[in-house]
Amino acid sequence: MLELKGISKTFFPNTVNERRALKDVSLSLPEGDFVTVIGSNGAGKSTLLNIIAGSLPIDSGGGSVVIAGKDVTKLPDYRRASLISRVFQDPQAGTSPHLTIEQNMSLALTRGQHRGLGPGIGKARRDYFRKELTVLGLGLEDRLRTRVGMLSGGQRQALSLLMAAFTHPKILLLDEHTAALDPQRAELVTTLTEKVVGEQGLTALMVTHNMSQALRVGNRLVMMHEGQIILDLDEEQKRYTSVADLMDQFAQVKGQLSDRTLLT
Amino acid sequence: MISAVEQGLIFALLALGVFLTYRILNVPDLTVDGSFTTGGGTAAIMIFNGLDPYLATVCGFVAGCLAGAVTGLLHTKLKIDALLASILTMIGLYSINLRIMWGPNISLNLRPDPDNPGTSLKITHVFTGLQDAGLLYSWQMVGILSVVVAVAVAALVWFLSTNFGLAIQATGDNPGMALANGVSTDWTKMVTLMLSNGLVGLAGALYVQFNGAADIQMGIGMILVGLASVIVGNAILGTRFMVLATLGTVVGSLLYRLIIFWALTWEFQFGDFTFTTSPGDMKLISAVLVVLALVISHVVSKRGLSLSPWRDRKPPEPDSAPEGVAQEVANA
Repeated sequence: MLELKGISKTFFPNTVNERRALKDVSLSLPEGDFVTVIGSNGAGKSTLLNIIAGSLPIDSGGGSVVIAGKDVTKLPDYRRASLISRVFQDPQAGTSPHLTIEQNMSLALTRGQHRGLGPGIGKARRDYFRKELTVLGLGLEDRLRTRVGMLSGGQRQALSLLMAAFTHPKILLLDEHTAALDPQRAELVTTLTEKVVGEQGLTALMVTHNMSQALRVGNRLVMMHEGQIILDLDEEQKRYTSVADLMDQFAQVKGQLSDRTLLT
Repeated sequence: MISAVEQGLIFALLALGVFLTYRILNVPDLTVDGSFTTGGGTAAIMIFNGLDPYLATVCGFVAGCLAGAVTGLLHTKLKIDALLASILTMIGLYSINLRIMWGPNISLNLRPDPDNPGTSLKITHVFTGLQDAGLLYSWQMVGILSVVVAVAVAALVWFLSTNFGLAIQATGDNPGMALANGVSTDWTKMVTLMLSNGLVGLAGALYVQFNGAADIQMGIGMILVGLASVIVGNAILGTRFMVLATLGTVVGSLLYRLIIFWALTWEFQFGDFTFTTSPGDMKLISAVLVVLALVISHVVSKRGLSLSPWRDRKPPEPDSAPEGVAQEVANA
């Protein structure tokens, strides 16, 4: 479903601040894969997501992003939106605060389609939104005309998740989408994530800083370090891995790299 | 007094244009100062040369759209900051407007008769009929202008409720979200800037015919007129519903004209010296009005108050966990 080949990304090329965020990364996700991505700050997790979404262009010279058989390497983010949906870390980022819940959902429903002069909200759409919102169990189905800015962070993030998933995107990108929430809300949003991804069999990529969450959720785990994928665990391996194992692995890689740095 | 109401209605079209950029797109678009004259000048020169006044009025709208398109292209394609792009267009338009008008002013009263040199023809424009009947300053005229403004409000409210209109609203409200949902924000900004300046151009076209003359200076300060109307109007009726926000803009425009009308009657006595306000003081009064409107609406919203009876009501306890959350977590 998602094919990344030889992706490199350099920020501020040819300056003293040059930073190689991704070094020749390749990753392949078959349909229905739910991959969690972990790694320290600056490992390139968010850059990877931004490149898949099209918010950042990749370095020239090879490398391709193929989604559902379609080469989207050169398409800007808004033209990839029919294939990809995204939930951001910041609950404010995924919704439009001055628009109502139903207006936000209408925008999500028409994601990646031509938007003409048809009515944004009709009875059929409203009924559909209400039905979808009951899944969240937050009572939002009775508040369709409330402005999203009036909702709490947890409610907004749950709504963002629903908006991202209910259009059956080819790829769902989750960028630390529970990090800004209190533990209770984070738990709710994680549960909802597993529910919507599982029910719809979505192909998803979830960045997280929470290692136990990364092990518990999804069927595959990828660890990144300094712009490279250094560990790729399948469902079976993941089951027998603990947070301590991951920490060990992490320390080991770090050690190796610093040794190598010393030798060069 | 009636004249003030009529002007308020004509400038309501301009205010609706400013509403589109300032409120919906979240960009103060100074193109307005130029595009008002562009629209007015285009209509005036066409009417002066004997073309159909209705066609000329439509061309005033189109000319405004083109002015907006220039700002849009500078901003979206050349990545110039929106405010700066609009200033650049506004300055450039001054020269363009002089070219369009073939001079600094046009009087829409008489024109030389091309067939009989030495004689003049009376110019007909859209308000000529009413003017000849002595109804230029009458409630009939107010009625006609009200219909025009009502149509513009209805069209705007409908437009903003369509799929494309929602995309425009999201562009101004949260551009990142709009992009992530497949909105080409460059395109929505372009269309909004064009439509906005089209309305401003239309206001200019109607104003020159109402006024009987076009002048190269007439656009100066128009952005303030628009902003004052939007800010005052939105402070009164609120922005909870699009109908109220747009109607508020019209109300703001009417109030603005009435305040100016009233301010121009002021007279102060300092001993032997009498100070009276003159039309030249209008710009200062406008600026002070905008400052007052901004300060008042800021204070009002900071206190969680609203002058509008229709407003967002805070849900009882937005941050307390609703039952659903507890249940979901328990189920997990």
